[in-house]
Amino acid sequence: MAENLANVLHEQLSEGFPDTHRNNSGEGADRRRVVEGADQELNGQPPSARPSQRLESEEDEDEELTLKYGAKHVIMLFVPVTLCMVVVVATIKSVSFYTQKDGQLIYTPFPEDTETVGQRALNSILNAAIMISVIIVMTLLLVVLYKYRCYKVIHGWLIISSLLLLFFFSFIYLGEVFKTYNVGMDYITLALIIWNFGVVGMICIHWKGPLHLQQAYLIMISALMALVFIKYLPEWTAWLILAVISVYDLVAVLCPKGPLRMLVETAQERNEPIFPALIYSSTMVWLVNMADTDAESRKKPALNSTTPESQASLRGADDGGFTTDWELRQQETLGHMESSEETRRQVQEMPRTSPAIQSDDSEERGVKLGLGDFIFYSVLVGKASATASGDWNTTLACFVAILIGLCLTLLLLAIFKKALPALPISITFGLVFYFATDNLVRPFMDQLALHQFYI
Amino acid sequence: MTIAVFFGCSFIAFGPAFALFIFTIARDPLRVIILIAGAFFWLLSLLLSSLVWFIAMKASNDKDQQLQRGLLIFGVMFSVLLQEVFRFAYYKLLRKASDGLAALSEDERSHISVQQMAYVAGLGFGIMSGAFSMINILADSLGPGIVGIHGESQYFFLTSAFMTMAVTLLHTFWGVVFFDGCENRRWWVIAVVVALHLLVSGLTFLNPIYEGSLPPAYVILVSMAVWAFFSCGGSLQNIQQFLTCWKNDAGSEVAS
Repeated sequence: MAENLANVLHEQLSEGFPDTHRNNSGEGADRRRVVEGADQELNGQPPSARPSQRLESEEDEDEELTLKYGAKHVIMLFVPVTLCMVVVVATIKSVSFYTQKDGQLIYTPFPEDTETVGQRALNSILNAAIMISVIIVMTLLLVVLYKYRCYKVIHGWLIISSLLLLFFFSFIYLGEVFKTYNVGMDYITLALIIWNFGVVGMICIHWKGPLHLQQAYLIMISALMALVFIKYLPEWTAWLILAVISVYDLVAVLCPKGPLRMLVETAQERNEPIFPALIYSSTMVWLVNMADTDAESRKKPALNSTTPESQASLRGADDGGFTTDWELRQQETLGHMESSEETRRQVQEMPRTSPAIQSDDSEERGVKLGLGDFIFYSVLVGKASATASGDWNTTLACFVAILIGLCLTLLLLAIFKKALPALPISITFGLVFYFATDNLVRPFMDQLALHQFYI
Repeated sequence: MTIAVFFGCSFIAFGPAFALFIFTIARDPLRVIILIAGAFFWLLSLLLSSLVWFIAMKASNDKDQQLQRGLLIFGVMFSVLLQEVFRFAYYKLLRKASDGLAALSEDERSHISVQQMAYVAGLGFGIMSGAFSMINILADSLGPGIVGIHGESQYFFLTSAFMTMAVTLLHTFWGVVFFDGCENRRWWVIAVVVALHLLVSGLTFLNPIYEGSLPPAYVILVSMAVWAFFSCGGSLQNIQQFLTCWKNDAGSEVAS
């Protein structure tokens, strides 16, 4: 189950632009990162009303705005990624449970404590191969389920996975933390704590909740998942898996027949909401349901709620997003009204009496990053801090490398404006810096510190 | 090896840098990115220089202490030179990026000036350099042990912390002066910066005779501070206005 969640959370980066399609609702069940290019200018205005002479300066402005917002977006992602890594590293360094060898997962059956180096290498290659095939199979299964609209199955899968993470894994984590700090705790208090934590987490992630709370929960479950991986994956297997999964991410997102790319395209065709349980979003998804059928300005109501949307999309009818109960109530009180294309366009074209709420451009243009990326970044940094002979320099170097990789990925996103994988660049930098720092820089810095030479 | 030592040394070493980060950099996303990229460039330079040192060390005789010490000194000097090369490379990169950003914006001006970028880049170098020098030592100070039990100096942690602070701030000031020299094509400035860096690193070879390394480093720090202040447009008049405007109410604030 945990592994299902893991590969379900394996994400890609993408960006939609308002004039091509609304990715707000856009992407599919799977993991993708969308940079929201919100079209404030199109808010409620029929497309024809836009004056054409402003197009050129708007384009320049858009480009510059993209760059200006680019720095902000990068920081909006730096902070949660940093927090997740800090939590993982702090846990690894203090709670010894996550560095103890207590067996391996069934997905990595070959042991790594063998006599010869060759045998160890072979075992780790086999382990990595098995793990990657499991991930590929799960991804394909998800694509198939999504294509054939088995949303209930996907929802059930996600709910079971988050239940497991929020209750069981956090229970184990809390238990180990108490053991480390020798805190005596009775089961009743513990049950209360875990129950509250888990239930609030389920509500925040799958339904509605304050944005920061939802972000905090997503960071926590990513950290928990990363800790599980760090504990149960032996060393060489872990590095190999990281390397192979970034190659897989690259292939799956960029190749025309890649499963993740197919998923993106299917979701864009259907204009369906993303499952919020798999994506970290840096802003509130402000979506107002004033739909044009050409899906240019399709938005949905407030606070990260996806259930109404998914219900609406399941029904497939163009009811303007109003549920049947609401409509019945309206008809009782106000007489027969209908939300049709006609009426909506008329409403939109009415002059506004109150000044339109100028929602902050920068707030609307949020960034999304898949939880799988959080997990694998944290696995890299956590593994580095666990196995690099107690050296903090390696951890620091990997941390900076991953942040720079993320920065470069977002820069490429701003340039290419299409779905991009977020793992390859960061993981490559991270791996290079891990091995280089551990083998080359560490002896150098140790010698310097010994003699107190400063460079 | 107490908590007090740990906190004391970490605040000494990283206090100024942390304060500079919080008050001047944390609010502006672009500056944070430039800071982290600066740290990355310093890291790259360290990587390359350790590679060179490692190869030299492996190719030589392990047992010969004098030779190893000599190789270490060579490693340090090479690393200093490489750091300055990477500082120049970072300057070039920032210049290009700044020109690009300025070209795209409406009023043809960049949102961040070269002096600000110089300061942030220098601080990035400094923070990374300080962190790599000090973090392992701080982690060790939390554990059990007695400092200098074999006859070495008792003041290992304290002097390391002070030296780290000096080096961090020095990198910041060198960054400002270096970029200014590059901007105005004054190559003698760059030569002086390189020479001073080599001098400060060279003085640390005198450790554990701390009188030979710490006070000169601080003298150089103060003079670099003054030089950096004057090179980015500060003047005695500015200082005067800054001090007297405390007496004015909500008057003209001098933004440096």
